[in-house]
Amino acid sequence: MTRRRRGEVSEGDDLPSLQVRVTRADLVRYAGASGDFNPIHWNERAAREVGLPDVIAHGMLTMALASRLVTTWAGDPGAVVGHSVRFTRPVVVADNADGALVEISGKVVRRVDEGTVVVAITARCGGQSVLGQATVTVALA
Amino acid sequence: MALDPSFVGRWFPVAGTYQVAHEKIREFADAIGDDDEIYRDPGVARALGYSDVIAPPTFAIILAFRAQQALLCDPDLSLDYRRIVHGNQSFMHHRPIRAGDELVAMLHVDGVRTMGGNDMLTVRCEITDGAGDPVTTARSVLVVRHSDEECDR
Repeated sequence: MTRRRRGEVSEGDDLPSLQVRVTRADLVRYAGASGDFNPIHWNERAAREVGLPDVIAHGMLTMALASRLVTTWAGDPGAVVGHSVRFTRPVVVADNADGALVEISGKVVRRVDEGTVVVAITARCGGQSVLGQATVTVALA
Repeated sequence: MALDPSFVGRWFPVAGTYQVAHEKIREFADAIGDDDEIYRDPGVARALGYSDVIAPPTFAIILAFRAQQALLCDPDLSLDYRRIVHGNQSFMHHRPIRAGDELVAMLHVDGVRTMGGNDMLTVRCEITDGAGDPVTTARSVLVVRHSDEECDR
């Protein structure tokens, strides 16, 4: 494994996309790992009480999947120097084996300098975009 | 009820240090479904020039989240935790977090404003290492939903 080199990257390059099925069990696991035990991420009653349609995924889990797309492509997670997202829609996770299917794709949109590029991320669930203004800044070798 | 603007500009230090453990990095990588060996095998990390395994880029949310809890649970802010929705998040990594780090977190309230009937709270968590050098700056916009309408963010 080596960090992707600047000569291997051009503006307009598409990153290999990622499809991840997120189930309630994944939300419980993420809650434990991250320390975010807000019940709207695991308890349907708590979610409905605050006006949500059902349990929703942690926004940070979706963001983590977005960064996973980039770290895999970059060959080194330490290459990620900046990461920014807006959570535009909740990822609603039904209480069944299908859960929610999150589809992530990325494209190199800008060269900041010789060795630094910005990847724009698209994240969709149920045909709708769930992240806005999602970018990852990558320092290339 | 609007958020108390007197919180803006205040620092909320987090007591103690956060010790970054190998197993915590592995647990976090498992939770985001990432099987990359750099999160598990020090040999792989060393081959990439790191002294030990490094953490995924969003691992810093653990520290930012802990730092936020102290603020969000402040009775003077009177928030219903369940009504808080994460609006935006950004990380600036000055260097990767790695196993063995002893990190210190400080939370700063950058701003509060009301938009569309909801309160927006912008906070910044500055994470530094044992030497006091910057590791990560994490900014979060937290939205306090006041209506019972279906959430659209």
